[in-house]
Amino acid sequence: MNSRYSVYRDSLVVHLDKELDHHQAEIIRNDTKEYIEYCQIKNIIFDFCNTTFMDSSGIGLIMGRYKVLSETGGRVYAVEVNESVKRIFRMSGLFKIVEVFDNLDELICMQRI
Amino acid sequence: MQLEEKLLTGCDNECEVRFKSRSENESFARIAVIGFMSVLNPTLEEVSDVKTAVSEAVTNCIIHGYEGDENGIIRMKMKLLYSQNSSGILELEISDDGIGIENVSMAMEPMYTTKPDEERSGMGFAFMEAFMDELRVVSVPMMGTRVYMKKIIG
Repeated sequence: MNSRYSVYRDSLVVHLDKELDHHQAEIIRNDTKEYIEYCQIKNIIFDFCNTTFMDSSGIGLIMGRYKVLSETGGRVYAVEVNESVKRIFRMSGLFKIVEVFDNLDELICMQRI
Repeated sequence: MQLEEKLLTGCDNECEVRFKSRSENESFARIAVIGFMSVLNPTLEEVSDVKTAVSEAVTNCIIHGYEGDENGIIRMKMKLLYSQNSSGILELEISDDGIGIENVSMAMEPMYTTKPDEERSGMGFAFMEAFMDELRVVSVPMMGTRVYMKKIIG
């Protein structure tokens, strides 16, 4: 039931599970570290399409990836974010560092990745 | 009439679970509390609020209380007071026998964290406070921490 990953050009898409908590965040943090190192990943896109729950560990994960990627001029994006996850984004100020798009196609059409 | 007074004529229920301080138990704790409170027919938003608060409290026990030691014991006491029309009060007490917190009011400040290198956002207590109607934290260094939370449902 781990999150799956796909690479599009120099961007890594993280297809998140149903719930993003501390347990999941640790797994994704370790996996993305390897992708960034070995696949020259510049941007990360968190795909929330299956995700109905996120707590403050998810905020830490996203902020951490933002810090790592911004050192090399990369960005962090989120797509398909549902209302209860958006509420967590809003309360923690994540919208300031993460651009949110409706879906992956929109992100690609806007030529952000 | 206060909700508490109305509920005196209603029903009450209690449940207590104990589990190890392993991160996979975070989702177990969320499922346990949702199952226990389902008799109140909570809204999706109420479910999401309680899940988030429980997740934050249990994660704190694992990361901070037991500092990643997976053999610690976390206790979660759940209590329900409810009336016939299924509105009620959910009370939760989540406790550990971990290292405790030196300065509780500082720990409760939004964005404050003792573990920034582990990518903790420092939002745990802020979320518990925002999503529940009442939050109390009692901690004794080297003895443990007890978080008490209350939410009115319906």
